[in-house]
Amino acid sequence: MSAHTSSPAALAPHRIAAMVLRYVYLLRSSWPRILELIYWPAVQLFVWGFLQYYITQNSGFFARAGGMFIGAVLLWDILFRGQLGFSVSFLEEMWARNLGNLMISPLRPLEFVCALMIMSLIRLTIGVVPVTLLAIAFFGFNIYGFGIALAAFFVNLILTSWAVGIVVSGVVLRHGMGAESLAWTVMFVLMPLACVYYPVTILPDWLQSVAWALPPTYVFEGMRALIIDKVFRADLMLQALALNALYFTAAVAVFLQLLKSARRSGSLLQSGE
Amino acid sequence: MIFSENRFPLFGIMLSRVMQGAQPWSVVALPTGLARARVQRHICGAMPSHPAIEVDQLVKVYKTTRAVDGISFAIERGSIIGLLGGNGAGKTTTIAMILGLVMPTSGTAKVLGAEMPRQRYQVLQKMNFESPYVDMPSRLTVRQNLTVFGRLYAVEDLAGRIARIAEQLELTDLLDRPSGKLSAGQKTRVSIAKALINRPEVLLLDEPTASLDPDTADWVRGRLERYRQERGATVLLASHNMAEVERLCERVIIMKQGRIVDDDTPPHLLRRYGRETLEEVFLDVARGRGEAAREAAQ
Repeated sequence: MSAHTSSPAALAPHRIAAMVLRYVYLLRSSWPRILELIYWPAVQLFVWGFLQYYITQNSGFFARAGGMFIGAVLLWDILFRGQLGFSVSFLEEMWARNLGNLMISPLRPLEFVCALMIMSLIRLTIGVVPVTLLAIAFFGFNIYGFGIALAAFFVNLILTSWAVGIVVSGVVLRHGMGAESLAWTVMFVLMPLACVYYPVTILPDWLQSVAWALPPTYVFEGMRALIIDKVFRADLMLQALALNALYFTAAVAVFLQLLKSARRSGSLLQSGE
Repeated sequence: MIFSENRFPLFGIMLSRVMQGAQPWSVVALPTGLARARVQRHICGAMPSHPAIEVDQLVKVYKTTRAVDGISFAIERGSIIGLLGGNGAGKTTTIAMILGLVMPTSGTAKVLGAEMPRQRYQVLQKMNFESPYVDMPSRLTVRQNLTVFGRLYAVEDLAGRIARIAEQLELTDLLDRPSGKLSAGQKTRVSIAKALINRPEVLLLDEPTASLDPDTADWVRGRLERYRQERGATVLLASHNMAEVERLCERVIIMKQGRIVDDDTPPHLLRRYGRETLEEVFLDVARGRGEAAREAAQ
């Protein structure tokens, strides 16, 4: 039976499902938590949507590139909300002081990570899908019109968001709730560098090489190529995927190291500030 | 020896007991969990012979503080042992190392023969833990919490198990209430239900009756004692409550400043220190009068 396997690498679907169930119970018990998932993406959409509406009336270029800002804000939300969905689910265990119970259960760290990734998808679906429908209704922008490109954008953005979420969770695990604010702020470091609303060529030369080290940069460049030039840049998506594979693997390794360090320092016992 | 314990287990034990001066039937009637577990082990023949918990020269240093300083002890299967000590004595760190939550600086902690935390996945399924310092998610109902943990431990017939354990711990009426809305006593019962959900062979309890009123605390002790007797489980109990330790434990390990300063049965401790209660023994040890008290008693 899988429950009795001793290999740390063995993943048991029933334990992953148990953790997902735990977070679903939590979401179901609290309507403000669900409202919070939709509220901020909707506010962002309306701010950028109306800005885009204003600019397209006054600029020929933006009139031709309709939906660029709205597309950018929706894709940014996949990146940001994906990471937040991962990290907040993890933080729920810290807030509930439940981490000790989990760490002495047969739950493996990688099963925990898998459950957090699934919850990131669930929270993202709850938060972003309604907003994409609002974008169609209010601004006539249909992100699903991207077709297969949207799938490529999504996979790359969600992988980056999980990599960041995994590292943030590891840091909180090791250093306690003092590092909690990282969950909300760390992604904004990427925002100017990933060139969400402008092309990479706007950046100074030395910063461009930093930008190209980030997978989301390829996605946002790819989105602009699709909207402005009507071209799907598969090459950019493949490069982003390669970088994501690298970063995701590194993030898991860092998480496991931080967990080991937490066992050494005794911080799993405290789970507080 | 023809009737060795290995070849004819039950007879072998009886014979060896007789040779030590005991009546042959006394081994069957021995009241302690230790004897019962030994008999079970020999009858079944499948269980390995290592102790339930084995700690050897265990050390934990946090930066410059030696929280645990070279302690060693072994706990036989089916026994209930108390870990006594004041604040900062190293009890919680010791339990955390046995659970695999904290990595020892040196030495080893083994549970059912598995070294913690390196081989923890071999035994985590068979052990559990209860402490008032670890909470359950407060927004989830009692039933939801027990369902999640039951699934983590792959408990069979989980709904039936939850119903039975709720009945035993008088939680049936509380099953659909959020855990965060319960009183301290009710929360403790829920934590104990979680700790027993997987029918653990090894149960570690860190001050299980802290913050409970005497009546509830007594009720909790009774439940734990009954579970241990029914299941033949091994229990390590860290506590400040001397009456609790005196009532429940076959043996008491007293810790001070990360070290074991005494290790004996409660009656022997009382006799050796010349005291009436374990609390008096504890105060002698805590205030550095242990040696003098022992000499005076002799």
